[in-house]
Amino acid sequence: MPLPDKQGHFGEFGGKYVPETLMALLEDLEKIFKSLKADRKFKREFDFYLKEYAGRPTNLYHAERLSAHLKTLKVYLKREDFLHTGAHKINNTLGQVLVAKRMGKTRIIAETGAGQHGVATATAAALMGLECVVYMGSEDIERQALNVDRMRLLGAEVIPVTSGSRTLKDAMNEAIRDWVTNVGNTFYIIGSVAGPHPYPVMVRDFQAVIGQEARRQFRSKEKKLPDYLVACVGGGSNALGLFHAFFNDKRVKMIGVEAAGLGINTKQHAAPLAKGDVGVLHGSRSKLLETKDGQIMIAHSIAAGLDDPGVGPEHAYYKHIGRAEYVAVTDTDAVRGLKLLSTKEGIIPALETSHAIAYLEKLARRVKRKATVIVCLSGRGDKDMEQIKPYITS
Amino acid sequence: MNRIEKTFKELKRKKKKAFIPFITAGDPNLKTTEELVLSFEGAGADIVELGVPFSDPLADGPTIQASSQRALKKGINLSKILKTVAQIRCKSQVPIALMTYYNPVFYYGEDKFIRDAKASGVDGIIIPDLPPEEAKTLIKAARKRDISTVFFLAPTTTSRRMKQIVQASTGFIYYVSMTGVTGADKQFSSENAAKIKAAGKLTAKPVCVGFGISTPAQAKAVAKIADGVIVGSAIVKQIDKNKGKKNLVKNVTRFVWTLSRGLKD
Repeated sequence: MPLPDKQGHFGEFGGKYVPETLMALLEDLEKIFKSLKADRKFKREFDFYLKEYAGRPTNLYHAERLSAHLKTLKVYLKREDFLHTGAHKINNTLGQVLVAKRMGKTRIIAETGAGQHGVATATAAALMGLECVVYMGSEDIERQALNVDRMRLLGAEVIPVTSGSRTLKDAMNEAIRDWVTNVGNTFYIIGSVAGPHPYPVMVRDFQAVIGQEARRQFRSKEKKLPDYLVACVGGGSNALGLFHAFFNDKRVKMIGVEAAGLGINTKQHAAPLAKGDVGVLHGSRSKLLETKDGQIMIAHSIAAGLDDPGVGPEHAYYKHIGRAEYVAVTDTDAVRGLKLLSTKEGIIPALETSHAIAYLEKLARRVKRKATVIVCLSGRGDKDMEQIKPYITS
Repeated sequence: MNRIEKTFKELKRKKKKAFIPFITAGDPNLKTTEELVLSFEGAGADIVELGVPFSDPLADGPTIQASSQRALKKGINLSKILKTVAQIRCKSQVPIALMTYYNPVFYYGEDKFIRDAKASGVDGIIIPDLPPEEAKTLIKAARKRDISTVFFLAPTTTSRRMKQIVQASTGFIYYVSMTGVTGADKQFSSENAAKIKAAGKLTAKPVCVGFGISTPAQAKAVAKIADGVIVGSAIVKQIDKNKGKKNLVKNVTRFVWTLSRGLKD
């Protein structure tokens, strides 16, 4: 397994780039997380909540009509959209909130873009009876009013972030500032495989259940391993969650789908793996959208959950060593993917997930003979109804 | 020995403490930055910290965030700041430390940055999101050209880390007075004195204290337990308040003088 080194490096990526105030805490977290990995009681507790509360295991569903439409692909959907709160995010927040409790922290903070991670965090905090503060860009608060109400209903305090570009990256800056200030009693639940070590590893490990289940389920149905894994990549937690268990299965090809926004050759996209440079933001070194002065650029995607100038360091590593391939899908194609799955299978996927669905049409043309594929259906689309209204034809 | 080290040596001989003002380079513009640095020298600044604006300054509070945004809107970048330092060097030998987040340096290229910084007359670098663990290559490059690498100690720093930080630091060590961001209004904890003393036992390198120091009284009090005092947000606030005024430099310098005065008795 491609474990990071002691300082959390995946090759040249990853690491710990944070103010000194947080370093001792990260060392503590690392130690506790390591000990919990071998702790049976912790594992039982985590498994209990995943099963009884979140609804695991999720189905691996053979999408027959979609497969027929695509002709060359036999598609299985890993149904993370079945989970409580409607997306894979809950796997991670349940894991981290249990770690927070073990560390004796009483206050949870989180950043959120679309609000999905914020809702999943507020949910886990409510479940454990912990105080919860969610930072959200004021732009996003307007775009995702429904999720703001959800978080507030769950008892979380949602703090609008008005600095910088007023979106996800600024929400993360503000969460880190809060963390530096309240480091004694506060646990920061990061929503993706990003941030300083050990977060990328911790989030990956909590999401790895997706791939572990899918691998088992696929083998029992097909008596072999799939040819392809496909998942959307913003920060990249659902993709890494699916990919990780297959890392050593060298013949299984992995494809991460980034958001090409208005086009990969415009400035309006969110595809740092395709078009970014190496850089350091929010605690780790990875691929980033940045200017020639090393300033961070604002990303664009129709899917708020992919609207991120950075990406998890382990994805940058997977790309670097050639273990996974990364492609990008435009806003327009994503909407087509959303409609495709809705009409062929009666499943409305999240706009983020729709990027992965949309790529299947391209993959279908690429493969020479019939191939099998698992797609991570990371979330359901109810949250996006307002946004896709203009695209619905009567 | 670079200008920072010479300055501390001289201060030690005189049994004085260092006063270190911080301003964001390019706010309101680089010409004013140059004038302020030159004028601060006359107002008791022993070293000047120049902030390199960054789009995502996660260790900074609202004052310096806003100041960075203003500078970025004017197209300020590392190259332009280095040119300004070179211009200052034609007129003054006041030690200058650049305070920057890591990404602009990383993107510029560590070796090239150190070479260009040295050529323009920079004496030290301070990078709040770069702990010594990730700074090995930068430290190596900086040592070669005698540029000081200033690292941070925080109230949360463990004794094991303290050793490592003290060792990696040259010029001085930056003690963060509280758990928080720049400009915060938090009580100065009495535990700080013990921590600063502990660092002092490990090294002869000067320990300077920053974050949240905004008044002459606070500066004076902190100087009693440290080798130097760093004030940033309070000065940046004054610059913003005097924006567009003809006596901006004069007014801000007067404020700097009130802060430094208490350290010079």
